[in-house]
Amino acid sequence: MGIAILTITVIALLVGLVLGYATLKLPAREGELIEDVNRLLPQTQCAQCGYPGCRPYAQAVVAGEAEINLCPPGGDATIRRLARLLGRDVLPLAGPSTPPPAAAVIDESRCIGCFHCRTACPVDAIVGAHQLMHTVIESECTGCELCIAPCPVDCISMKVLA
Amino acid sequence: MSAPTFDLGDLHGGLRLPGNKLQSTSGPIRQMPVPAQLVLPIAQHAGDPANPVVGIGERVRKGQLLADCSGTLGAPVHASSSGRVAAIEPWPVSRRHGDSAPCIFIETDGEDRAIDAREHAQAFDQMTPDALRTEILRGGIVGLGGAVFPTAQKLTQATTSELEYLVLNGVECEPYISCDDMLMREHAKAVLIGAQILMRATGIGQCIVAVESDKPDAIQQLGESLAALDDSRIVIKQVPTIYPSGGEDQLVQLVVNREVPSGGLPTDAGCLVQNVGTAAAVHNWVVENEPLISRICTITGDGVSEPMNVVARIGTMVADIVDFAGGYTDRAEQLIIGGPMTGRSVSTDRVPLVKATNCILALSAPPSTAPELPCIRCGECAAVCPIQLQPQAIFWHACADNEEQLRVHGLTDCIECGCCDLVCPSHIPLTADFRKAKARIRELADEKARAERARIRFEARGARLEEQNRERERELARQKQTARQAGAAEIAEILKRKREKDGD
Repeated sequence: MGIAILTITVIALLVGLVLGYATLKLPAREGELIEDVNRLLPQTQCAQCGYPGCRPYAQAVVAGEAEINLCPPGGDATIRRLARLLGRDVLPLAGPSTPPPAAAVIDESRCIGCFHCRTACPVDAIVGAHQLMHTVIESECTGCELCIAPCPVDCISMKVLA
Repeated sequence: MSAPTFDLGDLHGGLRLPGNKLQSTSGPIRQMPVPAQLVLPIAQHAGDPANPVVGIGERVRKGQLLADCSGTLGAPVHASSSGRVAAIEPWPVSRRHGDSAPCIFIETDGEDRAIDAREHAQAFDQMTPDALRTEILRGGIVGLGGAVFPTAQKLTQATTSELEYLVLNGVECEPYISCDDMLMREHAKAVLIGAQILMRATGIGQCIVAVESDKPDAIQQLGESLAALDDSRIVIKQVPTIYPSGGEDQLVQLVVNREVPSGGLPTDAGCLVQNVGTAAAVHNWVVENEPLISRICTITGDGVSEPMNVVARIGTMVADIVDFAGGYTDRAEQLIIGGPMTGRSVSTDRVPLVKATNCILALSAPPSTAPELPCIRCGECAAVCPIQLQPQAIFWHACADNEEQLRVHGLTDCIECGCCDLVCPSHIPLTADFRKAKARIRELADEKARAERARIRFEARGARLEEQNRERERELARQKQTARQAGAAEIAEILKRKREKDGD
């Protein structure tokens, strides 16, 4: 009887120590977790989740401030992967449905070179100088649509990629 | 002379299929006349499309360069006959399911005038391997077994590994196709000299010519030509008639009993595999001075009147070849470019013959019209899979779109031979599903790479903006500091300058 109690106590103490040590180490792992979550996101940087980019959203998800179903471009596949990584339940996508992959196109004949879209682009996929025509580097465009609203002459449209 | 069957490796699975080859091998290879119009796609090979170097309206001669190799992987395209370049525009091609691809149109003049012979008078056994490979590239030679991988680049890549054998693939295991058989029967010497050139170009010391046991005439012709050439480096090996023994990896397994590793190439097993047609094309270019402007093609099936093998110019319309073979029979219902197992159905015969077109198959009724039923996991597919995959498990994960598990189960090693389709009691089009799943995996990999680039650019931009902010703050602080240190006289001076400026 006495030996059994002693054994259980020792095991409980050891496990407690290990768990305590792990808790202390957790903050170091949070950064890694943010990185893992970020890598599952589609990196469109479109801010449709309400956060200014994929990394800020990843931070909010890991901090428990945001749900995992806020990313329309990622869609159901991303929600499934996030649920698996974080051990949370799969939720239906909140907000608009997943858009087809697209890239922004500037109608160069109408562009006035105002630089507004250039500043709005989260991935520097628009090139051009003040008072000169701008254009989109299609291969780098994530289709986030953030450049459309700032354009004063409405010369930017989205082209669905085949 | 018959070739011995010796020290063969084992092939897992596979099927003994009815050959259906006699229909097209009863007569000699027929020469197809030059058609009035040739349509030459600029992408007839793996890699980057060739870059057109002729203008519309320009007169060209047979063998003239039409489009040159661009990028690191590719092959040039030559004029198949003499005439005038009529247009360069999209036209349906068989390789892309009848989608259009850019093509060069030539109105032939019927004279079939060739360009002047190249100056080089050197025999191939005097040339260095490097020079030979460059020469092969210029001839527009690509792998004629079906994958149309540019031969010169394949040779160059192969020289980076340690190679023991050149394996000439004369197996031609797919039913109906007989163009390689007929080539070996009628041009055995060209095939063997092609092998000698390929050995010279790669420095390989031994060559195995592998031929299926159902081609005794080809084996005999090769044997006689080999005796005449008296080259002890070349041996002829007979392999059993099992589909798909002609797949590159399967053939290596059969003739040298080495397994090509998953994701690897035959060169990892010390072998370089080339189709016999490719060897003959290399011979025709290096020795006879004719680039790859024609090929032997089997036109067969119960949907054509006179099944046969023809030598047709690249760019000839499939419809013209069918006409040459007596036209369609009343029973013709479907047209396949390639063989019945790995070929592709086309909806029109107005597609050109390209370097890859080894067979034109017109059949009466589609082979399988039975409805698809659920998988019962009987395992028949696993028993016949030559790669020893578990198609039923891959099918499961393909339905679930589970990319990770698809990789784990070796989907990327699938050679799309179609054996599993044929034995499936539920008539599931497994190969078609696997093709789609492979495309999906590639798509996901592309998406991932794109997302990674976007992430790096987003983070770089963030860092840059932060640096700009800090710079601005530093500048502001510096200006404040300057203002504080400045004396009253200086401030008065500045204010006076400002007033003068405003007054102007």
